[in-house]
Amino acid sequence: MLKKISAAMVGGLLLASTLAGCGGDDGGSGSGGGDDKITLGFSQVGAESGWRTANTKSIQEAAAAEGIDLKFSDAQGKQEKQIEAIRSFITQRVDVIAFSPVVESGWDPVLKEAKDAGIPVILTDRAVDSKDTSLYKTFLGSDFVEEGKKAGDWLAKEYQGKSDPVNIVELQGTPGAAPAIDRKTGFEEVIKTDPKFKIVASQTGKFERTSGKQTMETFLQSVKDIDVLYAHNDDMGLGAIEAIEAAGKKPGTDIKIITVDAVKDGMTALSENKINFIVECSPLLGPQLMQLVKKVKNSEEVPTRILTEETTFTPEQAKAALPDRKY
Amino acid sequence: MTLQKILKSRLMWPVAMLVVLLLCALIFSDGFFDIRIQDGHLFGTPVNILRASAPLVLVAIGMTLVISTGGIDLSVGSVMAVSGAMACLIIGDLSNQNSVGGVAVAVVAAIALSLVLGLWNGFLVAVLGIQPIIATLILMVAGRGLAQLITSGQIINVQSSPYKVIGAGYVLGLPVSVLIAAVVLAITVLLTRRTALGLLLESVGGSPVASRLAGIQARRFTVMVYIASAACAGIAGLIYSSNVSSADGNNAGNLIELDAILAVVIGGTALTGGRFSLAGTTLGALLIATLDTTAQSVGIPPEATLVFKAVVVVVLCLAQSATFRAMLFRRSTPRPAARAEVPA
Repeated sequence: MLKKISAAMVGGLLLASTLAGCGGDDGGSGSGGGDDKITLGFSQVGAESGWRTANTKSIQEAAAAEGIDLKFSDAQGKQEKQIEAIRSFITQRVDVIAFSPVVESGWDPVLKEAKDAGIPVILTDRAVDSKDTSLYKTFLGSDFVEEGKKAGDWLAKEYQGKSDPVNIVELQGTPGAAPAIDRKTGFEEVIKTDPKFKIVASQTGKFERTSGKQTMETFLQSVKDIDVLYAHNDDMGLGAIEAIEAAGKKPGTDIKIITVDAVKDGMTALSENKINFIVECSPLLGPQLMQLVKKVKNSEEVPTRILTEETTFTPEQAKAALPDRKY
Repeated sequence: MTLQKILKSRLMWPVAMLVVLLLCALIFSDGFFDIRIQDGHLFGTPVNILRASAPLVLVAIGMTLVISTGGIDLSVGSVMAVSGAMACLIIGDLSNQNSVGGVAVAVVAAIALSLVLGLWNGFLVAVLGIQPIIATLILMVAGRGLAQLITSGQIINVQSSPYKVIGAGYVLGLPVSVLIAAVVLAITVLLTRRTALGLLLESVGGSPVASRLAGIQARRFTVMVYIASAACAGIAGLIYSSNVSSADGNNAGNLIELDAILAVVIGGTALTGGRFSLAGTTLGALLIATLDTTAQSVGIPPEATLVFKAVVVVVLCLAQSATFRAMLFRRSTPRPAARAEVPA
C-alpha cells in the first residue's frame, strides 16, 4: 500500500514539475540572419510564474530595442529540452547563447560543445555548479544573500537606539530552494549582530499565498507578541496580511512586515502601508543582458559575476513607482 | 460498546493517532487549545485546523466515492485550480465586485464548469473504458494548463466581500468554509447511507460485471461518482481561492490529490473499491490538517516536516495492519493460512 502511495507521489511530483511551462511563446525568432545583426539564442526555464513571464518579456523587448536577433526557446521546466535548445543554437551558429538553467548540475558537456564551437555563453538569473568556470563568460542575476541582508539592514535601522527585544517570525520559501536558503542566511547574518533581535519562529509558506496565510495563522496562535514578520516573497506576505487582519491586528503597524520581490500586488500593499519595506528582486534584466551580449560579441572583458540592478522600496517610493510597475 | 468492539473498529487507530497528536500539541505548544471570540466569531488554533482542512475534507469525500467504485481521481487539484480561476475571472470583470448577484453567477459558473470536467472524466472511464488513473491523469495535466490559460499565468486578485465570505467568512460565529464542508458531508452520508445508493456503489466497486448482471446500471453510477468528485473539488477550489481573495493557477490544489487519497486510505477504505467509510475519510483529512498545523506549532523545522508527516503515517499504517500487530505482540493467533503457505 505504502509502496503504491509513494510511487503515486513520485509520479505526481514528476508531473507537477512538467506542468510548469504551458503558456510559452516563442516570439522574436524568425529572420535567419545573413546581415551583420547579432544573433542571440536564449533558452528560458518556462512560464511558471508572473515573475518569469515578466523576465521573458523584458528580454524580448530589450532585444528588439537593441536590434538583436533573438532566437527564443522555452524549456518548459525540463533540462533535456534546454540542452536540446542549446545544441540547436550551436548548429545554427548564433553569436551568443544565454540561458536560465532549469537545474544547477549536468551542464558541462553541452557547455563544452559551445566553447569548442567558439560561441560565448551567458547565464541569467540562476547559476550552474560547474567547476570549470571558463565554460561561461558571466552570470547575470540577483544575489539572494544580498537581498536578505538588505532586509536585515532596514530592520536594524528601524529599531536603532531601542533596547527592547524584537520578536521576529519568518515565512520561508520552499525548503531547499536557493532563494529561500540564501534570503534566510543573509537576513540572519545581519540581525545576529544585535542580541535584541530574536527569530522566535520560522516555518515555510512555500512561496504562495494560501500557505503563507495558514502558517501565519499558526504563528499568531503559538507566538506571543510578534513585532516583525519577514517573508521570503511578496505572495506569502500578502497571505499573512489576511491572517493578521483576521486576528484583529493591523498589518504594518501592530506587526511590521518586510518582504522580497516587489511584484505589483506587493507594491500595492506597500503603498497602503500594510507592508513596511520590500527588497526588490527584479526580473527586468533584458537591457543589462543585451549590453553584455554586445560586449562579449566584441570580445570585450566582462566580470564573471554581475548583479541585476535592484533597489528597495519604502511605502513612499512604492507610491511613486507603482504606476509604471510592469509585473 | 465493549472494549473489544472499540479495539476492532477500523477508526480506532486514526482516532488514537489524532489524540496523540493533539496531546503533543497541548504539551509542546502554549495556547494551542485557546479558543476565544474575536470580532463576533470563534478564533483559535482548533478553528484554524478545521478551516484549513475544509478543502481537503471536500476533495476527500469525492475521492471516497470514486474509490468505492474501484476508480481513482487524480484531477481534483486541477479542477480546484480551474474552478477558482473561473470564479475570479468573472468577478474580476464585474463592474461592481461587491454585488451578491454577480458573485453568485461566478460561483454557479465555476461549479458548472467543474461538473462538465467531472462528466468528461466519467465519460472517459465509463463509456470509453479507459483506466481511471490514466483518464483522470489527462485532466490533471490539461486542467492545470486550462487554469493557467484562464489566469494568463498570473495571480488574479479580486476585492469582493461577498466572495470572501465563502473561504474566510463566518456565520453565527462559525467559519463558512467548515459549514460548507459539513453540509456536503451530511448530504453525502444521507444519500449513501439512508438510501440504497451506498450499497449500489459498493457493489459496483466489488464487481462491476456482477452488478450489471444483477440489474445495476454500473456505467451510470461510475459517471455519477466522477461528477460528484469534480463538484466537491470545484467547491473546494472556491473555498481555497476565496480564502486569499485571489486565483493562483499554478499552486491552487497542487498535490492535494495525494493528500486526499491518503485521507481515504487512513480512513479505512481500500483502494481496490467496495466498502467505504465517509467518517473514516473525514477523520483522515482532519488528521492530515492537524499534522501540518501541529508540526508548525511545536516548531519542527520545515526541512523535517515531511519526514515527521511520513513517520506518523507509517506508524499509523503499521498499527492498522493486523499482521504487523500480531508480529509485534507475538500473539498466538495464526496468520491467514494462504499467507503462511507462500514460500519465501
